[in-house]
Amino acid sequence: MRSALEGSQAIAKAVSLCRPDVVSAYPITPQTHIVENLSKLVADGNLHTEFVSVESEFSAASVVLGAAAAGARSYTASSSQGILLMSEVLFNIAGMRVPVVMTVANRAVSAPLSIWNDHSDSMAVRDAGWIQLHCTNNQEAVDTSIQAFKISEATELPVMVCMDGFILTHTMEVIDMPEQKLVDDWLPPFDFTRALNPAAPKSIGTLVTPDFFTEVRQAHHTAMQNALEVIARTDSSFAETFGRASGGLLSVEGEEDAKIGILAMGSTIGTLREGHRRHPEAGAAKIITLRCFRPFPAEAIRQAVKGLDHLIVIDRAISPGLGGIVGTEVAAALLGSKNPPRLHNHALGLGGRDIPETTFADLLDSVTKPDTPGFSIFDLIPENLAPEDR
Amino acid sequence: MAQNQSSLRSISDLRNSQPRFCGLESGHRACQGCGEALAARLVMESAGPDVMVANATGCLEVFTTAWPQSSWQVPWIHSLFENAPAIASGMEAAMKAKGKNTKVLAFGGDGSTYDIGFQALSGMLERHHNILYICYDNEAYMNTGVQRSSSTPHAASTTTSPSGKERMGKRHLKKDMLSIIAAHHIPYAASASVAYPADLQRKVRYAMGIEGPTFLVVHSPCPLGWRHESSKTIEVGRRAVECGLFPLVELERGSVANVMPIRNRRPVTDYLEMQGRFGHLFKADDPRAVEERDHLQALADYNVATYGLDGAVADPMDTKGAAKVRRGGGEL
Repeated sequence: MRSALEGSQAIAKAVSLCRPDVVSAYPITPQTHIVENLSKLVADGNLHTEFVSVESEFSAASVVLGAAAAGARSYTASSSQGILLMSEVLFNIAGMRVPVVMTVANRAVSAPLSIWNDHSDSMAVRDAGWIQLHCTNNQEAVDTSIQAFKISEATELPVMVCMDGFILTHTMEVIDMPEQKLVDDWLPPFDFTRALNPAAPKSIGTLVTPDFFTEVRQAHHTAMQNALEVIARTDSSFAETFGRASGGLLSVEGEEDAKIGILAMGSTIGTLREGHRRHPEAGAAKIITLRCFRPFPAEAIRQAVKGLDHLIVIDRAISPGLGGIVGTEVAAALLGSKNPPRLHNHALGLGGRDIPETTFADLLDSVTKPDTPGFSIFDLIPENLAPEDR
Repeated sequence: MAQNQSSLRSISDLRNSQPRFCGLESGHRACQGCGEALAARLVMESAGPDVMVANATGCLEVFTTAWPQSSWQVPWIHSLFENAPAIASGMEAAMKAKGKNTKVLAFGGDGSTYDIGFQALSGMLERHHNILYICYDNEAYMNTGVQRSSSTPHAASTTTSPSGKERMGKRHLKKDMLSIIAAHHIPYAASASVAYPADLQRKVRYAMGIEGPTFLVVHSPCPLGWRHESSKTIEVGRRAVECGLFPLVELERGSVANVMPIRNRRPVTDYLEMQGRFGHLFKADDPRAVEERDHLQALADYNVATYGLDGAVADPMDTKGAAKVRRGGGEL
C-alpha cells in the first residue's frame, strides 16, 4: 500500500512486518521516532513483541544479544553516541555470530557535539564484524530492513541498516509498504540452530585460547565474504516477490560512456542524481551507489569503475590523520587493477553541512583542475574559523 | 570387617547415586577451596535443569570454560563483564515471546554486580524481569589478580589497595548492596553464605518460585585473594557470619522479612586473623591496627543492631515491628 510516511514511521512499520519477537532500544536523536513508533504499534496492539525499554544503548544491544541467543528474532536501533556506547556489545554480537538487525540513524559523533547527519558513527564500528548496508532513500530503507532479517538469519551475522539521520529519518516520502502476507511468505519465522535450549545445553561465549582464536577470526572473515553473495541474492529474491530491488551490493547509473564516476553511500546519492538530472550541461557521469559497505565488495567495485578516467569517492566521515575511509578502501581495492581511474577522495556533508545539488557539477569540475590533492574536505569554508584555529 | 568393606561404595558411586541435578560439573579449573565454585554448584543443584544462565566475565566464566570444554550442563552464555543482567533480560524476553517457562539466571561476581554492571542490574530489577540474579561475592576482582572492588571490606589489603607505611588497606567501606537492591522493592532479595549450604539452597529454591526479579548475594571466600588456607573456606565464611560482618538476611519488597540470628557472637578478630588480607591489622605496636580492628568491630556491631541479629529488636514480621518498617525508612 502506498502512503506518505515519515522515514522513521516507515521503518517501524517495516520492522513490525518482520514480526520481531524482541525489540529493545534506547532513544537518541535522530533515531527517536523509530522507537516511539514501535512503542505505539505495541501499545495499539498492532505489533506483538516483547518491547524492552532499557536504561542505555549498552543494555539495548545486550538485550537483543541475549534474546537472539535464546532464539528470538531481535531488533534494535540507535545512532551516534548510542552506537559508540554499544560498541563493546556490537563486537560481541558479531563475534558470537548471533543474528540481530539494527537500524543506524547515521549521525556525527561528539565532540564537537552535533545531532546532524554524517557517517562517523557506523564508521567507528566498521570493524565490529557487522554487515553494513546503506540506503539512499526511505523506500530502500524499508525494503532493506526486511531483507536485513533474511540476510542476518541466513549468514548468522548481524546487520546494520544505515540511513542518514534527519535527511531520511525525518523526511516524508511516499512509501510502498509491502503486504504482510507477502512478507510472511518471503521471511519465514526465525529458527536459530544454535539457540540456548535446556533440552540441548550449549555454552556460548566461552573463553577461547590462542589455540583456536585465529581460526575463529578466519571463520568470521570467511562468513563475511560469503555474505556478499547472500546480500546480492536476497535483493534479487526480494525484487521477484515485491517487484523492487534495493541495489544489491552496488549499482551504477548514468551515461554508459562517461569517463568520470562518482561513488557515494546513502542519501548523498539522491542529491547527486538530482544534480545530474537538472544539470546535464555539467557533463556525463556514472553514479555508483555503494549499498554494501561491509562486507566490502572489492570485485564489484573493480567492475563498476572499468573504463573510467576519474573516480570521485565521497566520504561522509573522516579518519583524522588519514583522510577518507571509503576512499582509502576503494583505493586499496583498485590496487593492481589494469588502468585504474585516477582517484579523487572528498569528504563532505560532515556534521550535517548541507550538500546542495550544485555539488554534482562542482565535483565534476574539480577533476580537471591540476594538482588537486588525493583527499580533501570538499565543502570546507576556512573563514568560518579564526586563522589561529584553522 | 571384610563384609563392611565390601558394602562400601566408592565416592563417585555415592556421588552418582545422589538424586540431585548437577548443573555445574566437576573437572573445572577453579582453585582449591574456591568458595565461588562450591556456591555455584549448590545454586545449580537447587535451581534445577529447566534454567538458562547468563554469566558475567569473571573467575566463574573463566574456570568453567575454555572452548571446546565446558562444565555447564545447562544452556549458558557469557557476553561481557558489565551486561549479564541485560543479556538475561533479553533471554527472559525471548522466553516470554515464545511462551516458555524456562527460568533465566544471571551470575556475576562482586566486580560485575557492585561496580561495572551496576547500571544494567538496576535496569533489570526496575523492569521487573523474571530473573534470579546471583552475585558470588568474593570481595575483590579475583580474576585479574585481587584488585579492590566496591565490595572489598574496609581495611582489606588488595593489589590496588595494598597496606603500607601510609595506608591500612582499602580506605573505603564495603558498598551496602542489599540496601540498594532493597530500594528497587523487588519481590525477594537475600544474602547467603557458602558456609551455610542448606540456607543458601533454601533461598535459591524460594527465589526460583517467584515470578519476578530476585537477588541473592552469596558470600564466597577466595583462598587466593583472602589469603587463607584452602581447607578453611567454610570456616572463614562461617566466621564472617558469626561475627556480624556478613549478615544473612531476607528482604521482601524491600523490607526485612527474616534474618539468621547469631548465637554466641564472635569478635571480628576471630574472622580477620584467619586471612592474610587483614594481616596488617595484627602488627604489634601499630596503633592504626588497633584503630582499624575497632572500626571493623563497629561495622559488625552496626549490622547486628540494624538487622537485629542478636534478637534484641522486635521481630519485623510481627505486627508491632511491621509498622516500623516502611518504604523510605523512619518511624511511623
